[in-house]
Amino acid sequence: MGHRRLEVDGVSKRYGETVALDAMTFDVHAGEIFGFVGSNGAGKTTTMRIALGVLAADAGEVRWDGAPVTHRTRNRIGYMPEERGLYPRMRAGEQLEYLARLHGLSRSEASRATRQWTERLGVASRIGDEVQKLSLGNQQRVQLAAALVHDPEILVLDEPFSGLDPVAVDVMSQVLRDKADAGVPVIFSSHQLELVERLCDRVGIVRSGAMVACGAVGELRSGGAERILVDAPQAPPGWAAGLPGVTVVGDATGPTLLELAPGADDQAVLRAALATGPVREFARRLPSLTDLFRHVVSNEHTEHTEHVEDTGGTAA
Amino acid sequence: MNRTAREAVGLIAQRELTMRLRSRAFRITLVLMVLMVVGMNIALHLAHNSGPSIIRIGLLRQDTALSAPLQAADRNVAAVTVPDLASGQSDVRKGTLAAFVRSGPDGLAVTVAKTLDPTLGGALTTVARERALAAQIIRLGGDPVLVARAAGAATVHVTSLQPPAPARDQQRLIFGIVVRLLLYLTFMICGPLIAQGVVEEKSSRVVELLLATVRPWQLMVGKVLGTGALGLLQIVVVGGAGLISARLARTLTLPLSGSLGTLAWSLAWFLAGFALFSLLFAAAGSLVSRQEDLSGVQFPVLAPIIIAWVLGISTLPGHPDSGLVAALSMVPFFAPVLMPMRIALGTAPVWQAFTALGLTLLLAFLMVRLASRIYRNSVLRSGARVTWREALRAA
Ligand SMILES: Nc1ncnc2c1ncn2[C@@H]1O[C@H](COP(=O)(O)OP(=O)(O)OP(=O)(O)O)[C@@H](O)[C@H]1O
Ligand SMILES: [Mg+2]
Repeated sequence: MGHRRLEVDGVSKRYGETVALDAMTFDVHAGEIFGFVGSNGAGKTTTMRIALGVLAADAGEVRWDGAPVTHRTRNRIGYMPEERGLYPRMRAGEQLEYLARLHGLSRSEASRATRQWTERLGVASRIGDEVQKLSLGNQQRVQLAAALVHDPEILVLDEPFSGLDPVAVDVMSQVLRDKADAGVPVIFSSHQLELVERLCDRVGIVRSGAMVACGAVGELRSGGAERILVDAPQAPPGWAAGLPGVTVVGDATGPTLLELAPGADDQAVLRAALATGPVREFARRLPSLTDLFRHVVSNEHTEHTEHVEDTGGTAA
Repeated sequence: MNRTAREAVGLIAQRELTMRLRSRAFRITLVLMVLMVVGMNIALHLAHNSGPSIIRIGLLRQDTALSAPLQAADRNVAAVTVPDLASGQSDVRKGTLAAFVRSGPDGLAVTVAKTLDPTLGGALTTVARERALAAQIIRLGGDPVLVARAAGAATVHVTSLQPPAPARDQQRLIFGIVVRLLLYLTFMICGPLIAQGVVEEKSSRVVELLLATVRPWQLMVGKVLGTGALGLLQIVVVGGAGLISARLARTLTLPLSGSLGTLAWSLAWFLAGFALFSLLFAAAGSLVSRQEDLSGVQFPVLAPIIIAWVLGISTLPGHPDSGLVAALSMVPFFAPVLMPMRIALGTAPVWQAFTALGLTLLLAFLMVRLASRIYRNSVLRSGARVTWREALRAA
């Protein structure tokens, strides 16, 4: 099971002059939760739509288990589009059964799965109500049920957590975890980075239609520059400014956060801190996903220009 | 179509049909149409059978023998017995009796409020003459009953050189018009329903979820079939109600076997026309994302249907051989409305009927591909209206 992969390989897409995706490449293994992050307009939704065959790619390929994703494979994907959509005047339960049957389930399987998922997601009592009469959050739960009701082999969810209350977030997280444990590759996009950090096995950060950082959360965090938090209450402001290879990230009041360039000596930092008086805390800090994200995004402008030159170079 | 595609199309069609059947708007339309055809039959029935109403006349007891010959002379006369002259006259004055009749020495004496109703006058005259005649026959030693029988046996034979159009031809014309109207209304109701359904899927964004599992053409064909089934159901219900009420009200007396041809052609043209127009309506619907924008894009599809109907209904009754109508009835976009009218009137040669049907089916077949293309290219583009040209061009 573990070696089955959903591969997005060199997928490109342009809308007229806009390059939405530029050789987007990554893969998601069966049994893992993959978090797809990136600023607005980075290309997450476009990637997912292409994987689902809702949009056609200009170049590249999406493969599942080594074979290109076809219409048949797509029937086994559970999808939650960014633009939520259900028939407003159709009853929730009926709608879920209909979608399950469109994915190839028999009538009895469909009604059983509908019951199971609406119970799990806490909307079983609203099964007979028209979707338009449900609250937004409950519509969202029904929408998630719609992605799950045909027992998919792959889950692709575009911002599944937006609009959910904390309880629903927990239920949803648990559902994704269970699905992954059952051997389903789960990919979801989100702007809630703490949640992504907590939930995902691996994370991909997208910028301008290309993957710029991709890996296990711990790996990515330790891959960033080393940071040290120093609490030296009697140190004067700017005490660390002159140290070689050290950048002061923050020292508003209280502890100072320092970033060390590769090869910089942390012991020298400790000595400098002790020289100012007592040291209460001296701890290594990994950057959070949010820090990484900010870092990647803040580089956007400079690197984006390089990037454009790059593509120009290849085309010439 | 492989098995899964067929299943998908079937499921989509079934959903379309059940959701439409459940909608209030559809039920109201159906009830209104049924009421319309039934009401029309009742009105026709009343118009035909509301002959002169019953004329009540008063007779004295000794004159009750008059009541039988009076009724024989006029079926609408009802005789009642009044006790005496005074009460008979006062009943006439009150209006409860139309006339008070007594036998007098030479014929009959009649009292009325103002003037004698001419039909009653005719009946009374007939009876008075019969009585005088009978008295003379008896005086001459004859038997008045025998004479009356001999007189009754004499008949007039009519030989008309140019038989007048029987009432049935008029029935056939009305029957034809009603069938045409029903088909026309079905086009005009179901076509926009399809377009509206497509827009609903676009505006509610559910289309993205659907297209992640079924192909655009499956979605489109499923909607068209489901709505087509709805249209047929509507025709059967309204047509059936019309037929039954027409039989009960005796407004339609001609044998139906004579109309089977008309009905078969109507069905064939309904199916061909529906295939052609419904695909265009689906394509038109996919161009916009809001119901408000729909009327603009579906006008070009509605226009030929309306033009053909207005032209046919205004021209054909007076000029069944109109050359313009004959020419247009061969053009696929006008044929589904005009050709069945010409067939019903008997002015379309068989080869023309079949050629036009063939052309329409051919175009409908090509339309499956064209409409699929338009639909596929525009169904995911929400927001601004997509032009026909863009939808055709985009890959
Ligand atoms: N239909 C379209 N027509 C033109 N450009 C489009 C279209 N859809 C997307 N784009 C462009 O493609 C790029 C990628 O958009 P996409 O929706 O994939 O971003 P995203 O990462 O999902 O953003 P968000 O976080 O805001 O959802 C954007 O620059 C967007 O403007
Ligand atoms: Mg998005």
